[in-house]
Amino acid sequence: MSSRDKILAAVALNQPGKVDLPDINFLKGTTGNHIEKFIEVLTSIGGKAIAVKSFDDIVAFVKQTTNPGDRVVSTFHEMSDVELINKYHGLPHDLQDIELAVIGAGLGVAENGAVWIKGDLLSQRVIPFICQHLAVILKKDEIVANMHDAYEKIGNEDYGFSTFIAGPSKTADIEQSLVLGAHGARTMTVFLIE
Amino acid sequence: MAQGIKDHDDKTHPLQGAGGLDHAALSDIFNQDENRVDWHDETLWWIRQKRDKAVNQLPEWESLRETASQIKNNVLSDLSNYLLQFEANATKNGITIHWAADAKEHNEIVLSLLLSKQVMQMVKSKSMLTEECHLNEFLAENGIDVIDSDLGERIVQLAKEPPSHIVLPCIHKKKEEIGELFHQYLGTPAGNADPQFLTETARQHLRETFLTRKATLTGVNFAVAATGEFVVCTNEGNADMGAHLADIHIASMGIEKIIPERKHLGVFLRLLTRSATGQPITTYSSHFSKPRAGQEMHIIIVDNGRTVQLGREDFRNSLKCIRCGACMNTCPVYRRSGGHSYHNAISGPIGSILAPNLDMEKYADLPFASTLCGSCSNVCPVKIDIHQQLYKWRQVIVKNGYATTAKKASMHLMSFTLSTPSVYHVGGKAGRWVLKHAPFAVNNKFNPWYKHRDMPEPPKESFGEWYAKNKNGKQ
Amino acid sequence: MRVGLFIPCYVDQFYPDAAKATLQLLEKLGVDVVYPPKQTCCGQPMANSGFEHLTTGCNELFIKNFAEFDYVVAPSGSCVLHMREHLHDDKNPEVAAQLSNKVYELTSFLTDVLKVTSLPARFPHKVGFHQSCHGQRGLHLSQMSELVAPGFSKPGSLLNMVEGIEIIPLNRIDECCGFGGTFCVVEEAVSAKMGKDRVEDHLEHGAEFITGVDMSCLMHMEGILHRQGSKVKVLHIAQILNGSPLTP
Repeated sequence: MSSRDKILAAVALNQPGKVDLPDINFLKGTTGNHIEKFIEVLTSIGGKAIAVKSFDDIVAFVKQTTNPGDRVVSTFHEMSDVELINKYHGLPHDLQDIELAVIGAGLGVAENGAVWIKGDLLSQRVIPFICQHLAVILKKDEIVANMHDAYEKIGNEDYGFSTFIAGPSKTADIEQSLVLGAHGARTMTVFLIE
Repeated sequence: MAQGIKDHDDKTHPLQGAGGLDHAALSDIFNQDENRVDWHDETLWWIRQKRDKAVNQLPEWESLRETASQIKNNVLSDLSNYLLQFEANATKNGITIHWAADAKEHNEIVLSLLLSKQVMQMVKSKSMLTEECHLNEFLAENGIDVIDSDLGERIVQLAKEPPSHIVLPCIHKKKEEIGELFHQYLGTPAGNADPQFLTETARQHLRETFLTRKATLTGVNFAVAATGEFVVCTNEGNADMGAHLADIHIASMGIEKIIPERKHLGVFLRLLTRSATGQPITTYSSHFSKPRAGQEMHIIIVDNGRTVQLGREDFRNSLKCIRCGACMNTCPVYRRSGGHSYHNAISGPIGSILAPNLDMEKYADLPFASTLCGSCSNVCPVKIDIHQQLYKWRQVIVKNGYATTAKKASMHLMSFTLSTPSVYHVGGKAGRWVLKHAPFAVNNKFNPWYKHRDMPEPPKESFGEWYAKNKNGKQ
Repeated sequence: MRVGLFIPCYVDQFYPDAAKATLQLLEKLGVDVVYPPKQTCCGQPMANSGFEHLTTGCNELFIKNFAEFDYVVAPSGSCVLHMREHLHDDKNPEVAAQLSNKVYELTSFLTDVLKVTSLPARFPHKVGFHQSCHGQRGLHLSQMSELVAPGFSKPGSLLNMVEGIEIIPLNRIDECCGFGGTFCVVEEAVSAKMGKDRVEDHLEHGAEFITGVDMSCLMHMEGILHRQGSKVKVLHIAQILNGSPLTP
């Protein structure tokens, strides 16, 4: 008998009598100012939220925060003067020198400051992790109260890879001292657009 | 009652080689440096307080725990179907599924996958399962170089120690010691113990590793039966850096990591990190569903004693554990004995109820390394009755003959005395007489009491004697 | 209402004043209390050491002594929890089950059964209240710091009825003292360190007395206080609620 069959047989033999799944609908978020909460939580976990009116504001931000020669990439056509990354065909490793990546987020979660990044919209999944700084564009009305609302919105979406990102990469492994910028992005900025 | 499973992998833990010392003996050593015990206790208590602050922001916290517990009960009750469903869906998504009956088979699958790609170096993110299987030692013996990429795990790897905590692997290490390790292995200036500087050094060192490794191994936090996807949670981004750069991604999971549907992730992701560190969620909660173009993705589903535990009615719900570590942070014993005193990959209260299933003799001491205060059960996000299981393991361990002879004899004597009133009353008086007149000659077996404590001044008469004189007949 | 008084073995042997205070307090509150003389121990020391199978004799003796009463009251959360969770008798399972539900820890008997609203006691001192785990987390005598739930304390509400008492705050309101039955000798190093830390919290906040519902935790802390040469005393909560804590 293969290990597979052995394990499955042992599980079937030893598992207790069937019990039902609980209803989880009651956990959905209540109404409230999700945008305010999102900004508050994102800030508390080391991220930054900036309300913007148009892409011009974002372009201005990029100019301000990067140096000439820095590799800045984006998935947005609206971002002038930066490398459009949608059709990148190279190795993921060659993205290691990205200084700033500006990508889109599907939704934001007020209770924890996380944004939902659809990996399939990126030419390489590694982009939001390998860049030194990450900026994400999120529509204000895509912010939901909590994770239950988030998964309701995600529904049966078919994806190869997606991720929630909440703030910059961090660690507190050395004596519980919080340090931002462990292996992933050192900073995370969320641009909130109408 | 099912028999405990002997670990096929007989390699001892680096720390356990020290004469096979038990929890009490290892704790005794740990307590020789009281300042360090205080530091360790305060650090972990601080994390417990962060957890309290975070959970108190959710008025629905207790019903969230209850819901998670019920979901896990459902999972355990229908696990064989869920595993089949997961296998089918993951396979459809282009992931290759492997099954490993035990640690040895798991390790051999990893090795054969690496050799099939002629890969001799691998980068690994945190996986307690691979610690349980002693994968690193096995691969090293077979010429494969493994680098742990979680900062804490990298630190203990450099120190040639096992992690002392499942979430905070080097919580027992002081920054000066880490600075010294980095000086020795990574060439940082001697005496520099600044966490910011050391983390930046590790970032540079490991970025090079990520860029050059063709194989990566990650753990699995949750595996969704209905979709065939799995979720990996990290704060550092190390699992993602490994997975999205390597040609082959191997993910190791125990059979109990299954959850039914994607929507249930909402429940567990809300609980996990609030319980673990007091954060509202980890920085990265990555959902892997399909390999990226040109990449191979493999999942190894491991039993290693879990099906036996599933059959133990009193202990099966230990398999609900989501590895948050909250029971360790709150445990007053763990905080004052350190993770290594548990001489098992998973330490603390949860480790103490999981380990005896793997080897009842080797871990017979662990269920006794508790005052049964119950704090662990109260913080557990999936409501495992940890302290009740510690009590029940004690009964099982004694019945299976792993209590020492001296203890057995004294317990039989105690049982006889306490169930026989006439003997008790003589014994009681004599006991007090001895205590009063010969304080140094008192029962040597209980002498440890006196190392740091005195006994009360013995009264002239017991309550029973006083009652007989003053109350009997007056009723 | 006839109440059987159960006095834990170590209280009987080492702390008769706590037992006397319990008896007097119940009598003062008009309860008909009887102390069956042939009692010994609840069996917990053996059970917690993994020898529950040896407690049959203790269980039978307990049932023989106490089955006839309306309630059984004991000045100990730990022993009561053990009886509530583990009292059994294969020959008379129903009698055992009925009896285990009638066993009350003293303070919850006062608040839940007698519904006491005032006590004629005065104790003008700074007192630290130790939450013994078995009473608190086992019997739910008071809210637990781990849970997101409204606070309450049965022993605390009784102490608040005592005139002049000042209950001091603590850094860790419900951390275990480390006694843990045989844990105190089997795991001596951790047990003693836990006890030292618990005592230190009370001392830091100026306690003159440390009280609680379990004399075993208090014995452990008293042992440490005494070794340190501290003047701080331990008292069972019954001694404070009874208004006459110290007998010569």
